[in-house]
Amino acid sequence: MSNSNKNQLAVDWSLRLYVLLLFVFVFAPIVFSVIFSFNSARFPTIPLESFTLKWYETIWADPDVWEAFRNSIIVSVSTASLATVLGFCTAYTDYRYRFRFKPAYLALVLLPPTIPLIIMALAMLAWFSKIGASGQLWSVIIAHSVLTAPFAMAIIRLRLNQIDKDLESAAWNLGASEWRAMREVIFPFCKPAIISALFLTAAVSFDEFAIAWFVSGLNKTVPVLILEIVQGNIDPQVNAIGTIVFLISMTLVIIAQVFFFIRQNRVSN
Amino acid sequence: MNTPLVVFENVAKHFGDFVAVKELNLSINAGEFIAIMGPSGCGKTTTLRMLAGLDQPSNGSIYIDGQRMNDVRPHQRDTPLVWQSLALFPFLNARENVEFGLKMRNQDAATRRTKAIEWLERLGVGEFAERNVETLSGGQRQRVALARSLVTEPQLLLLDEPLSALDAHLVIRMQSVLTQLQRELGITFVYVTHSQSEAFAMADRVVVMSSGEVAQAGAPRDIYREPENRFVAEFVGRNNIISGEVSAVSNDQLKVHAPMGTFNVPIGDSEARAVGDTATFVIAADLVQVTRSETQAENWVECSLISEEFIGSMVTLFLETADGTEFKVQLQERELVTLDHTSAGPFYVSWQSNSAHLLS
Repeated sequence: MSNSNKNQLAVDWSLRLYVLLLFVFVFAPIVFSVIFSFNSARFPTIPLESFTLKWYETIWADPDVWEAFRNSIIVSVSTASLATVLGFCTAYTDYRYRFRFKPAYLALVLLPPTIPLIIMALAMLAWFSKIGASGQLWSVIIAHSVLTAPFAMAIIRLRLNQIDKDLESAAWNLGASEWRAMREVIFPFCKPAIISALFLTAAVSFDEFAIAWFVSGLNKTVPVLILEIVQGNIDPQVNAIGTIVFLISMTLVIIAQVFFFIRQNRVSN
Repeated sequence: MNTPLVVFENVAKHFGDFVAVKELNLSINAGEFIAIMGPSGCGKTTTLRMLAGLDQPSNGSIYIDGQRMNDVRPHQRDTPLVWQSLALFPFLNARENVEFGLKMRNQDAATRRTKAIEWLERLGVGEFAERNVETLSGGQRQRVALARSLVTEPQLLLLDEPLSALDAHLVIRMQSVLTQLQRELGITFVYVTHSQSEAFAMADRVVVMSSGEVAQAGAPRDIYREPENRFVAEFVGRNNIISGEVSAVSNDQLKVHAPMGTFNVPIGDSEARAVGDTATFVIAADLVQVTRSETQAENWVECSLISEEFIGSMVTLFLETADGTEFKVQLQERELVTLDHTSAGPFYVSWQSNSAHLLS
């Protein structure tokens, strides 16, 4: 009896240790980057020197950083809107219609995230220069929308799978045209998923580097700028930018998660 | 006789190879409470959905109020449906659910609100107007769904097994709510159900469907006492069905020779038979007498007891004749006490000739 209790205890504690190690493994590099962003030493060495906001002041004063953040915000906001619209349309098509080759259609729609980013980035670059559209901010927006629309689709599709199939018919039955039913029933029902999709696709686009690096030309986004700084020399201002980027991304992802779980709770009630 | 409100004219509905409705001809009068009853897959729900425009007939025409409806979109009709799943909008409260139909008709907010509250109160759920529908009980949700369908004051209300998810005692209560509403409003109810107790309790006329066709349409009593065919007799249940050969024909009566005996059966309004024809007749389980001693009755069969089913005040005895035919007898519980049914020995089942009903 006490033996099995001991075993149980051992299992409990090793699982806790495992989770702890997992978090250390994932977050330690980020935590270090945050710490060094406030460290006055030029090189990331221990022991730490004094606390400073110097690196944040440097990037605050740097017009390139402002430009990159402006570009990244434009790209991620536009990408989120475009990808969520596309994702909603494909999810609704899947929910509403039965047709031949539907599995093939779905596989095709969900394909982009499975393509190696570097291949996709090269293909995008080749294609955009062929049609004379490379090096523009909106080329990044289009490329990012292609990449992130499947995520939006997956989130919204999960929500639509939970709808009572009679709900839309009930709206028609009560006098709503197809468009009106979409506006009055399908949208409100999918609202949490749509918001979740908006934030998640914004986060993915904000962080994406490979495609942006190939396609953006002179319109650098934040990840592209970071690489350029790092290529030049070791500069602690990268830690400062990284900290800000990390905060923005985490906020977006957490908001996406919150709306995703609102949805789940609603269903389980 | 005024023109019927709804007419189905040779209506058929196929889903690929599956025939949901074969050839439906049916008229429904204004103000009628009609129940369409049948086992699952008989086409009753498809019939209702075609009336609401949610399914298009593959063949034939549907008329409402004299207008051919085949190409009229669902939202252009005024045929609200009470769904089996209720299909209340989970993101709206009870009042907003009821207002939905009025909103689609572009009525202003104040009118919508007044009418919705009025209907919720009429159905006894006024106090829940601002509550999330997901927090209401089954019976309350049912009433909200009814209010939502009736708020536009339609001529025709469609109901698709609306009571199937409720507890037995609530079903009885809602049945009286529905019949009373239908009488007060004077509108037509088309009620689809697989439950004969619901159909018989509420409807003026019952349509029994089988494999996409009407097996019989008539008043509940006619369906119950005078089934026209074997399907209806079996579906209604508690009927003993006997087949045999006609051995003699008189003016108004046949002699039918069956494996377990020879019986007199009134011809009624069934078609003429000749000696040698096969004939099938039914005797309802509650029109049969059972005794422990031989009877002098006109028609009787000797049986042995197989089992009994006790449902409160009524008891059903399942008996078997020498040739293995099952015989059901329905008795009052207090009659059973005087029967001495526990001792060994044969049972004698008898009935009066005019209790038998010949199937066509």
